[in-house]
Amino acid sequence: MSELRLGFPGNEKKEDVEIPPGTPPPWDLSTPHAVVGKDHPRLDAVAKVTGQAKYAYDIRFKDLIYAKFLRSPHASAKVKRVDLSRAKAMPGVVYTEAYEGETIRFAGQQVAGVAAESEEILDDALRAIVVEYDVLPCVTTVEDALRDGAPQVLADGANLREGRPQGNLQLVEKAHAEADAVVEALYRTQVQTHSCLETHGSVCKWDDGKLTVWSSTQSTFGVRDGMARTFGIPQSDVTVITEHMGGGFGSKFGPDAWDQFCARAARAAKRPCKALLDRREEHIAGNRPDSIQRCRFSVKKDGTLMGAEVRSQGTSGVSAGGANVYNPGLYRFRAAYSQQDTVLTNASSGRAFRAPGHPQGVFALEGMIDELAEAIGMDPLELRRKNDPNVVRLAEYEIGAREIGWHRRKKPGSDTGPVKRGLGMASGRWGHNARPGTEVRCTIGRDGSVLFANGSQDIGTGTRTVIAIVGAEELGLKPSEVEVRLGNTNDPYGHGSGGSVTTPSIAPPVHAAAWQAKQELLKHVAAAVGGDAQKMDLRDGKVTGAPRELTFKQACGTMPVDQLTTLGHMAQKSGRGGGHLYPSFNGEVAGVQFAEVLVDTRTGVVRVVKIVAVQDCGLVIDPLTAKSQINGGVIQGISYALFEERILDRRTGDQVNADFLGYKIAGTLDMPEIVSIPFSVSQGMTSTGASSLGEPPTVPTSGAIGNAVANALGVRVRSLPITPAKVLAALGGAR
Amino acid sequence: MEDGRIRVSRRDVLRGAGAAALVGAVARGQEPAAAEGLVRMGPDAVPVRLTLNGAARDVSVEPRVTLLDALRERLDLTGTKRICDHGACGGCTVLLDGKPVNSCLVLAVDAAGREVLTIEGLARGDALHPVQAAFVKHDAAMCGFCTPGMVMSCAALLDATKNPTEEEIRHALAGNLCRCGTYPHIFAAVREAGGAQGAGGAGGAGEGAR
Repeated sequence: MSELRLGFPGNEKKEDVEIPPGTPPPWDLSTPHAVVGKDHPRLDAVAKVTGQAKYAYDIRFKDLIYAKFLRSPHASAKVKRVDLSRAKAMPGVVYTEAYEGETIRFAGQQVAGVAAESEEILDDALRAIVVEYDVLPCVTTVEDALRDGAPQVLADGANLREGRPQGNLQLVEKAHAEADAVVEALYRTQVQTHSCLETHGSVCKWDDGKLTVWSSTQSTFGVRDGMARTFGIPQSDVTVITEHMGGGFGSKFGPDAWDQFCARAARAAKRPCKALLDRREEHIAGNRPDSIQRCRFSVKKDGTLMGAEVRSQGTSGVSAGGANVYNPGLYRFRAAYSQQDTVLTNASSGRAFRAPGHPQGVFALEGMIDELAEAIGMDPLELRRKNDPNVVRLAEYEIGAREIGWHRRKKPGSDTGPVKRGLGMASGRWGHNARPGTEVRCTIGRDGSVLFANGSQDIGTGTRTVIAIVGAEELGLKPSEVEVRLGNTNDPYGHGSGGSVTTPSIAPPVHAAAWQAKQELLKHVAAAVGGDAQKMDLRDGKVTGAPRELTFKQACGTMPVDQLTTLGHMAQKSGRGGGHLYPSFNGEVAGVQFAEVLVDTRTGVVRVVKIVAVQDCGLVIDPLTAKSQINGGVIQGISYALFEERILDRRTGDQVNADFLGYKIAGTLDMPEIVSIPFSVSQGMTSTGASSLGEPPTVPTSGAIGNAVANALGVRVRSLPITPAKVLAALGGAR
Repeated sequence: MEDGRIRVSRRDVLRGAGAAALVGAVARGQEPAAAEGLVRMGPDAVPVRLTLNGAARDVSVEPRVTLLDALRERLDLTGTKRICDHGACGGCTVLLDGKPVNSCLVLAVDAAGREVLTIEGLARGDALHPVQAAFVKHDAAMCGFCTPGMVMSCAALLDATKNPTEEEIRHALAGNLCRCGTYPHIFAAVREAGGAQGAGGAGGAGEGAR
């Protein structure tokens, strides 16, 4: 039996645990880390700043061809006829497909595909295709799709796909009746597109019936399996390579239709083929569904949250699900109830987008919490403290409130002058998503070289660097002294990077692989120089506890073999049911954010001045890259709160801002001061206690900004993005 | 094409070269009078000679091909990224005669005879440019896709403005979009690189304006 100290200083939980033989002793609050928890530059930074990093988009071959779809300008239509004759006659056109007879359900759906020897020929060929459509009526908004007689988007049923009610409405009514204040309000959020800078796509190449795909993906193994299924070939005949990739945010788990088309063209033309979307197309390659959230919440005068009732509707385009929101949640309510519907429209499908459902839900939920606080005249931070069950967030509130200077918060709308300052806050949660299944191979060479290999991908979150730090910690080395190879499916399996699973799921196998390699290495050392391997360790590049001093390299030189290899995995409980090896601290990650804004009541412009983000992510492995991750979540949150919105032409269904001019993402001039504070919690569950960070920090931002704007103005904008027009309209309504 | 050999007749070469040079001159407004007697260019490929990262390079492109596409697709310099392809994101920033431009908005033929510096030409061998070194130190690249354009814009800023203020940094980078959210670390990196450059040795301004 060993004791595991979980939690954080000031809130510890001790657990007696059994450490199974052959697995590393788990890290906890007592572990004195040498490199974990220190700032380390990312391993691939030099490749990225010198332009040497190769993305799928950068893969070149002398005989490369280029593939692209011709896409429908209509959101609802039948493809009557596709005339490829002129395109096919063009020199340099090597492969075509036409999708005659297809039903078009969103603008941008493919009607034909061309592959050609250059992008210029490809453009010419696509322009030369003549398509005849039977154009049908379309619906592009939730409201229009629910009207009587609205065109039906999918043949298999009505546009309204009702969600299953959660909770007990009668109990909520009872709680409302016992409450001192009941607040009812309607919140709206918009459709946000992922807008990855490297667009979706791949380069495909066939050799003797075997397919290699250089893919811009968050899931190398998912692309491998999808391609194997598509072409009816074994997994082992598909290799997917993703050395670097230019952003995914939940939208890149392909293979997508264009990747499959690319592989077909490559096979037919017997030449490597490249298909990466253009900027306009990228806007149809995934989005965060919109929402209309009708909320009815209640509270007692003493700040006890009573009833929470939400009916939400949103559209995920032609997807019959996926518009759920995280509302209600976070806090202890006496009773809660929600029904969440997805409404079909003639628009491209929603996809998982960084904490699916959470930013939109939390914008409304946290707005409602502030509205309740105002209704009973209580400080909104105090109301949260009273009702928040998460001890990590309770600690984070103190840090955040101090950093933002919460005591400066005035009564809503009480700032004098035309430019008003406001403070607001919001919270978020996410799961501690450590998943078994990922494996990591550690190879130590007799020359002292160390390589960790895994076939999954680093999507910009710093996975490569995390692997190096965790492995180096166990081997007593510096992260720069180990090599990491990622992004080739011929290496051991790793999960797709979705649900913020990557670090919590890959750190334990790295830890295990390194620990096992260390045990083997020290046995070789003991055999060579004497002493007890059990009493030896590796620290600061040296062997400790050996009869004579050896550097790591000298230790490796004692190996009777050329190299030693171990395969680490996340150990599970043995026996029926399995499950995680160790108890977790609280099984989730917690974050709070505070926002300070200035709102110009003459122009309606909102300027975010400062964001403080305190974010738990389990054990912090690299504070430097963790801060980058938190900054990134916050910045996407600001962009979502104030700027981004996909706008469809209501008549044609075509996106009118399918670029980066009309679809505005936050730039340097929009940046506030951002104070990102990683909050380390020994989370347990696995041998490392590292947890999720990809998604959580983008959850609270729009809620905090919405509350800060309401605090500045004294009136609330309950609709994202908070544009100048909406601010002015809200002010106009208040007068 | 990719091996640098140009597969057009000698007459085409002469005609093309003249036209490219002429268009280049007109575009820069140096010799408006020479506009008389314009030679038609294209639609077929024409040869273009650039000074690329300090070396003369020949490339044959249709006049409609952008400098960006010429760099990536003809000259195998894939560090420069095509992100929006309409001058809205700065991902394709290169220095043209020392000035930052969106290479997606410049035709390759208009770059004839001019000096093009791409991300591949910024470091001196293994010695990183101060901006690049500061990017590494401050973790100013995440997915890294906007990074080449960012680095070039930052390098251009420091060429023009020693020890820039944060406000100057923000304005210089206003045309460069990042989706991962590296801006705060980029500001820190440029402040440091600018301070190191502008300080001119010990006792300088250190990290610059905060």
